[in-house]
Amino acid sequence: MYDVAEIRREFPILGREVNGKPLVYLDNAATSQKPRRVIDALTEHYEQHNANIKRGVHRLAEESTAAYEEAREKVARFIGAADATGLVFTRGTTESINLVAYAWGRKNLREGDEIVLTESEHHSNLVPWQIATQATGARLRFIPVRDDGTLDLNEAERLIGPKTKLVACIHASNVLATVNTVGRLAEMAHENGALMLVDGAQSAPHLPVDVQELGCDFFAASGHKMLGPTGVGFLWGQPEILEEMDPFLGGGEMIREVHLYHSTWNDIPHKFEAGTMNVAQAIGLGAAVDYLEDLGMESVREHEQRLGEYAYRRLSEVEDVTIYGPEDGRTGILSFNLPEVHPHDLSQLLDEEGIAIRSGHHCCQPLIRRLGVAATSRASFYLYNTEEEVDAFVAAVTRAREFFGAFA
Amino acid sequence: MMRDLYTQVIMDHYKRPRNHGEIEGADLHEHLLNPLCGDEVMVYAIFDGDRVTDVKFSGRGCSISQASASMMTERLVGKSREEVEAEISGFKAMMVGEKEFPEMDDLAALKGVIQFPSRIRCATLAWNAFQRGLEDQV
Repeated sequence: MYDVAEIRREFPILGREVNGKPLVYLDNAATSQKPRRVIDALTEHYEQHNANIKRGVHRLAEESTAAYEEAREKVARFIGAADATGLVFTRGTTESINLVAYAWGRKNLREGDEIVLTESEHHSNLVPWQIATQATGARLRFIPVRDDGTLDLNEAERLIGPKTKLVACIHASNVLATVNTVGRLAEMAHENGALMLVDGAQSAPHLPVDVQELGCDFFAASGHKMLGPTGVGFLWGQPEILEEMDPFLGGGEMIREVHLYHSTWNDIPHKFEAGTMNVAQAIGLGAAVDYLEDLGMESVREHEQRLGEYAYRRLSEVEDVTIYGPEDGRTGILSFNLPEVHPHDLSQLLDEEGIAIRSGHHCCQPLIRRLGVAATSRASFYLYNTEEEVDAFVAAVTRAREFFGAFA
Repeated sequence: MMRDLYTQVIMDHYKRPRNHGEIEGADLHEHLLNPLCGDEVMVYAIFDGDRVTDVKFSGRGCSISQASASMMTERLVGKSREEVEAEISGFKAMMVGEKEFPEMDDLAALKGVIQFPSRIRCATLAWNAFQRGLEDQV
């Protein structure tokens, strides 16, 4: 039984007030709040076990290393990986994709090669590929987004061909509330001998994910969007591909033997974890994953889809509102515009009522341009949000519209 | 707090912007984007020798950025280049609390923006565009 009231009690921050009103936190696509269990995991690590990992032969070092590696196992299991050898901890999705663009891209991309992306990529899955193609002479192609927010798969079929070396796509959109058929894109990529990278920043926190089922070669996500601490995320890659890649950052821990003029690399995944990692944060992410598994990702998805569709219906009642993305099957993201109220002004008016939403281009400038606007407002829901909060949000939007309308 | 920010004066400039539009063949023409939100402003000016005789702005943005741009056009018309530079640096000083807002002037309505640091960039967008335009002219 999915008990939202009980879930909310696990999140200390949800008890606070903003401007004298109970906080209604609807900016979850930017970052999620943290359950007590994750906060406790961080505290316990620092109070009981803290040491640098993989280096010391003392009790605390052993305990910290074991906890860190256990977190790696948990995250690998959470995304359906066969084992943890392909699971690299990073700073987040952005660093994960930069890692692939650099360590795989520079080694494998040549002039005439193509990387296929979509028009709806977050800057984190666009800019690293711009840099990689500029450095190698490869070029970018883009699968168009149709007016209903879904990808044009016919066009994808045409774009993905013998020149394609990699297809990279967001799993779920942080603007359009869509879930892309990345499994189908992975098939197209593989039919042409290309690799498939899935940006899971907006899917891993919200949907059941199984990288083997998706058939992707790389999967990237951020811990802080899935109840974990900031500063940690991960890249999962097919082990045999990671083996062949050059390192990303050089330094301690990623090496096997170091000489004055050359070095050899550690085994994967350690080859990609140079320097002291965010140990406590990785352990915190492990606790977050435990929490999500206890709730069950099927239940989380069900709750959010129901809430997302409820919010879509309720917001549609507001006069003149434009909501982006499809009506059904949506995630808990609601991007919209009101003709009279600029997104910035709307955020400000909602903040006055304790409601936190996002406004702007959501790090998707090309997509926002494609929608024909300069910015949108975005409410994004998570496993602890309620229908009452949706109602409070819609009522506040209605009042904001009236407030702006009152100035003739 | 909401009333401090969205005053009648700001809303009036937002809904009925002064000098909104474009000037073809302007002596000064500059475009500036606020990368945080995607808002953009274009400013245009005609000079007669050293003096600004016409200013217009276009683009899209929130109430604060549009109202501030509208007020700017009213302040700058008729001023010499040196006076314009002083107006711009003076306004930017006001927005970081280093200078008093003029009383009995529409600009005073923007005082409330100071308490919302993320919005200060909205208020200074058109002014920064004009300053860049001046620098490009020299």
